[in-house]
Amino acid sequence: MRGSRRYWEERAAKALMLLSLGLVVGSLLVILGVVAVKGFSALTWQMLTQTPRGGYYLGKEGGILNAILGSLYLGAGATALAFAVSLPVALYLRVFAGQASVPARVVRFAMDLLWGVPSIVYGALGFVVMVLLGLRASLGAAILTVSLFELPILVRAMDEVLRMVPAEIDEASYSVGATRSETAFRVVTRQALPGLLTAVLLAFGRGIGDTASVLFTAGFTDRVPTSLCAPAATLPLAVFFQLGSPIPEVRNRAYAAAAVLTLIVFAVSLLGRGLARMAARNVVR
Amino acid sequence: MNQTHLQIRDLSVWYGARQVLRNVSLDIPDRQITAILGPSGCGKTTLLRSLNRLLETDADVRLEGQVLVDGENIYAAGGDLTRIRRKMGLLSQKPQVLPMSIYDNVAYGPRIHGERDRRRLDGIVERQLRVAGLWDEVSDRLRSPATRLSIGQQQRLCLARGLAVGPEIILGDEPTSALDPKASRNVEERLLDLKQDYTIVLVTHILRQAKRIADHVVFLYLGEVVEAGPAREFFAHPRQELTRQYLDGVIS
Repeated sequence: MRGSRRYWEERAAKALMLLSLGLVVGSLLVILGVVAVKGFSALTWQMLTQTPRGGYYLGKEGGILNAILGSLYLGAGATALAFAVSLPVALYLRVFAGQASVPARVVRFAMDLLWGVPSIVYGALGFVVMVLLGLRASLGAAILTVSLFELPILVRAMDEVLRMVPAEIDEASYSVGATRSETAFRVVTRQALPGLLTAVLLAFGRGIGDTASVLFTAGFTDRVPTSLCAPAATLPLAVFFQLGSPIPEVRNRAYAAAAVLTLIVFAVSLLGRGLARMAARNVVR
Repeated sequence: MNQTHLQIRDLSVWYGARQVLRNVSLDIPDRQITAILGPSGCGKTTLLRSLNRLLETDADVRLEGQVLVDGENIYAAGGDLTRIRRKMGLLSQKPQVLPMSIYDNVAYGPRIHGERDRRRLDGIVERQLRVAGLWDEVSDRLRSPATRLSIGQQQRLCLARGLAVGPEIILGDEPTSALDPKASRNVEERLLDLKQDYTIVLVTHILRQAKRIADHVVFLYLGEVVEAGPAREFFAHPRQELTRQYLDGVIS
């Protein structure tokens, strides 16, 4: 065996896999490292707890509380809205249409296309609709746009999760006289809950971090948004604007804002994982 | 002749172009155990699934003929599917518990049919778990997930879940095939107790099981009823050559 062709093939395949794994983990660590090193050194308590004061963008007093809260509102709102629309779609395909049916294939194809549409296009669409209706850039408009952007991610991820639910579970529910929708919401959803939570996490992470879709729709303001009609600052744009500054302190604050954004996604991921583990208690394997 | 709960009239079923049941007509005797026997692929499970209209969940199925439950054709247009299925409890080959607690598994059916009262639900859950012979094993952990139960316990939980909606008929699709001999025995004993109150239809490929518990036997071969009759006669004096060959193990 040793020295034979198959032996060396095995070695080469393993080396390739390890190389790829190293690349993936390595680039993650580099990104996190840059954000952490550059970000945390510039990060102060003041940045987290205050809104920008006069001259903040020239390196003076203030913080990015406006963007932190704006992004949280936006991420939570858009994900909740997209979830409320996509769960019924995915359940419909699973329980009513059947997952090999024509509607299921059409929806899957459409969602794959939408997934590939760049987020700036969603931003442009949102902008066009806003102008058409005579609306200003606002938190509400941004939530709508970002939820549209998250929709294909959620529908496709949920669709895949629901495909894993065995048909026998539906039958067990039907056999005691449950209707299809009762089966969908009370049984299939519960069985798939951990996976559904993961899908929501994925969508939240993509939504809160996306820049292009909020560029024209959210606006930017130094104040914390108090209504859906008010414009809202967001962390991606806070990074974008500050990174373009000629002043080094302001550029460092861009990294601090990026670190905060990364931490939020990280914290939400951990929370979601915890919830998913709890939800997995009842899942039938 | 008196009508029985469950009658099958000229039932034929096709999957695509392949016919799997041919003009099956049967009167399933009330409050007895009827075993459907036959080699694998003969249409046993299809016949059973046609009785509570679960076949329709499969694509590409065509069906002709009638299944009468209390004289009502369940395939008549406008039949209320949930009401029909409620009349029958189903035990599948692999026990399929729902992703919830032991208590909620049994309470699932009654809740769906509108029972909200806590005390009445408690009563139903305890009663049906006792009937299924599971109460003593789980009464102290009703809130724990049903998946923690052993597979034999899960099958009895499925029995309790089916009984909780007040059916008249119990359908079993090789309900002991995934169980060890002791758990199988336990399920068989439950079925023997239950035939005082329920009409039981049992698909099985185990001849000895049919001999042990069936009152009535239907022998299916290639989608046709070859012979049907009281179990004792069926096993002692089979009338058909095919039946004899099956009993001797020539075809299986």
